[in-house]
Amino acid sequence: MILTDFFILLRQELLITAIIFGLLIVKLGKDRSNESILMLINLLLLLNLAAGFFCSTEGALFSDMFRTNKLIVLEKNILNLAIWIISLQSYSWLKTHKHVIEFYILLLSALLGMFFMISSGNLLMFYLGLEMSTIPLAAAANFDLSKRQSSEAAMKLIISSAFSSGLLLLGISLVYGTTGTLTLSELSSQMGHNPLQVFAFILLISGFAFKISAVPFHLWTADVYEGAPIAVTAFLSVVSKAAVLFVFVSILYTTFKSLAELWYNLLFLLALLTIIIGNLFALRQDNFKRFLAFSSIAQVGFILIGISGSSQAGTASVVYFILIYVFSNLAAFGVVSLVSAVTGKEKISDYKSFYTTNPMLAWVLTIALFSLAGVPPTAGFFGKFFLLMAGSANGSYWPITIAALNMVISFYYYLRVVKAIFMDANDKPVQKLVVPALPKLALYICVAGIIVTGLWSSVYDYIYSLSPGF
Amino acid sequence: MNLSLLILLPLITALGILVSPGPRQVRLIALIGSIVQLGIACLLLLDYWHERVAGNHAPMLFEFNYTWFAALHINYHIGVDGISIAMILLTASVVVSGILVSWSTEKLSKEFFFLLILLSLGAYGFFISLDLFTLFFFLEIAVIPKFLLIGIWGSGKKEYSAMKLALLLMAGSALVFVGLMGMYVTTHSFDILQISQMHIPIEVQKFFFPFAFLGFGIFAALFPFHTWVPDGHASAPTAASMFLAGISMKLGGYGCLRVATFLMPDAAHAYSWIIILLATIAIIYGAFATMMQTDLKYINAYSSVSHCGFVILGIGMLTQTSINGAVLQMVSHGLMTALFFAAIGMIYSRTHTRMVAQLGGLLKVMPFISTLFVIAGLCSLGLPGLSGFVAEMTVFMGSWQNPDAMYRLATILACASIVVTAVYILRAAGKTVMGPISDSYTHLTDATWNEKLAATILVMGIVIIGVAPFLINQLITPGTENIMQQVGKAITLK
Repeated sequence: MILTDFFILLRQELLITAIIFGLLIVKLGKDRSNESILMLINLLLLLNLAAGFFCSTEGALFSDMFRTNKLIVLEKNILNLAIWIISLQSYSWLKTHKHVIEFYILLLSALLGMFFMISSGNLLMFYLGLEMSTIPLAAAANFDLSKRQSSEAAMKLIISSAFSSGLLLLGISLVYGTTGTLTLSELSSQMGHNPLQVFAFILLISGFAFKISAVPFHLWTADVYEGAPIAVTAFLSVVSKAAVLFVFVSILYTTFKSLAELWYNLLFLLALLTIIIGNLFALRQDNFKRFLAFSSIAQVGFILIGISGSSQAGTASVVYFILIYVFSNLAAFGVVSLVSAVTGKEKISDYKSFYTTNPMLAWVLTIALFSLAGVPPTAGFFGKFFLLMAGSANGSYWPITIAALNMVISFYYYLRVVKAIFMDANDKPVQKLVVPALPKLALYICVAGIIVTGLWSSVYDYIYSLSPGF
Repeated sequence: MNLSLLILLPLITALGILVSPGPRQVRLIALIGSIVQLGIACLLLLDYWHERVAGNHAPMLFEFNYTWFAALHINYHIGVDGISIAMILLTASVVVSGILVSWSTEKLSKEFFFLLILLSLGAYGFFISLDLFTLFFFLEIAVIPKFLLIGIWGSGKKEYSAMKLALLLMAGSALVFVGLMGMYVTTHSFDILQISQMHIPIEVQKFFFPFAFLGFGIFAALFPFHTWVPDGHASAPTAASMFLAGISMKLGGYGCLRVATFLMPDAAHAYSWIIILLATIAIIYGAFATMMQTDLKYINAYSSVSHCGFVILGIGMLTQTSINGAVLQMVSHGLMTALFFAAIGMIYSRTHTRMVAQLGGLLKVMPFISTLFVIAGLCSLGLPGLSGFVAEMTVFMGSWQNPDAMYRLATILACASIVVTAVYILRAAGKTVMGPISDSYTHLTDATWNEKLAATILVMGIVIIGVAPFLINQLITPGTENIMQQVGKAITLK
């Protein structure tokens, strides 16, 4: 191993580590105001994001434990972008918080774990990364220190992820027991239809399904999302899911390629269940965070349909959709977190007549919801269209039809919010909010992302050119 | 001529509206933008004429093809034939008069005009698209403005109607989407012209044609999915009703013709009896349902269901004349119904009621508006000299050419509905316009300049088509012949 290789291939991980250490040193120094610390952190995260775009190369380290290529670098950049936006948005909330630095250390450690997970070339490495990304998050979920709900959320998160980790571990050990190796590249040739291997595979899928909260493994999601601070909820619903989905696609498409007929139907089943159940539960929610939780479950269902396409377009449409999902979901969370930070209101019914007092925020929220619903000209339309297109490539039209009709249901509940914002009367609408500069910047970025990512085809073309075939 | 102008100009107008300071500038920008657009549409017509006279017989003119998503074979491919030009002219006239009619909108006028322009943008894009993805993109763009226009500026149970309309149209889009996917997976192309050259296997057509046709049919108020029409139209503000009935329902008819029938002619043949059955039910049911209505807007909305049934009937009959008639009926109904809604809006804004029973004798105080109302009504019942007669007559003649006995029965039934139409139109017009006038209405004023201008544009269209139908017939015939050629291939293959 050459030292330069080490620095170039691992540069994104090293940067995050450096930021974490830097923050620890700042913590040791004399007390500073929260504003200056937040400015510094956001600047560092921006630099971190920018640095990700340089020298992306392919390579492997530590005897294939860690591997990277241009697509993986891009995926990490998407996560970097998401965490930067989340950080900008939580400015109002963190400004008065006592433990800002600790919060960021937790988030960044989780991010670091995700990076190692995405880059893992070995199931053990993958497991390590996954755990490293989950445990700090449970602590972060408890960060609304005065709220009981917040610690409840943390508890639920840690218990449910421990359970899913158990499933994964059992699956991994069975895989090791039947094949004698954990290296992903070697596994692909050794996996067959041996019943034990199939069982191991199903355990692995269940573990994954837990992490991305696919039905029937979704029950923890709503409670955790509702209880956790909004920044953590945003992180869980966007960054965590994105990271696991990235790995999921790559593992299914390479390591478990030989079991394709098996997971093809399994995925459709999971996807349709996820979409339908997610949609039906989202219909009745009044808490905005719970609402977004269930709608994000439904979104994952659509992603699973894209994955089942098993083609180059499959990978590309999944990564592309996640990029769009980052912008749309974070735009929605951005507005919700602003309103919640100032007024403490988190219900959809509190948003009645929101347009009369906060027209700009109302438009941002509306655009975000339309993008989530998949209405043109927002990027969400392109994302969903391409996912379903990838999914239908194999000629499975009935699942696609069911999914397409489910878009109508999801359209209903997104429109319900839009109706509250624009049409419903309210005696006490949310007061006029003053949006600080950083959250405003985050919202601008999200809206620009929602509009540009779809209409400007180079984004998709670029992702497509990086995606591996099947 | 660069067709992208037709999309760019509304886009610029919409952005102009967003940055303009006050309500007066907003409506001025909207009006100027839409008038220029109408000018461009007329120019397009002239250019098209020149090309055809010069001997250019390409199926589509002024084509422009730009690779959008190369990896997925998605292109921004636009081009027009006579049918699209007729639709564009219709859209442009309805937009101008819609904006004129809503000249005095005060509530959130910036948003109002922005959404109107956005809606028209979707329609223009839809009519010029030659790529299924682009077409679908523009089809869906038009859904959201409708929802907001009805929900925010509407009257009555507006939230319910807005939601119902949005969900049904979205369901229509979802079905269309499945149809498009089927064609794409079979042909690996979204290009309408390319797909029409390839022959999609008949089993595939039979599976996907219902999706595409029903999907577009929902937009065109196909029975039994017409239920959004009455509620949506009745709750919408005047301009939105005009846009909905005048433009948006035509998206459906155009889609049924250009996408479903043109690309899957075998299936269109196989299923034509179902289409005709549904169309006949819509025509008769719509007419009788109209008889029972007491609200002017509901009267026009239900009669739209009946009239749009003629469009579907014409498409289902699959003869050259009947398809010509379907296109004529789309244009005629668009103009007529927009005029009707405009007149109803003018009456409502003065009397604050739309109930036929409470109105009467309006001819005495507002002769201009009453005349409009009567013209629209007469056009609707098919008086010779107005566009409705030309269109419906063509549909009937074309339908009769189909020798099948059951099809002829359907034609006869559809013809008979005209009598019902005459009953409800004459009754509504007589009750509203003639008779004694109530004291509370004697001080009302007649139309203002903007309303007069709006109505004049629409009436001109109706009369021109009515008096000189050969003009529009020549315009659309090459396009419909092209579609018939596809259909003919399908028949001979059997």
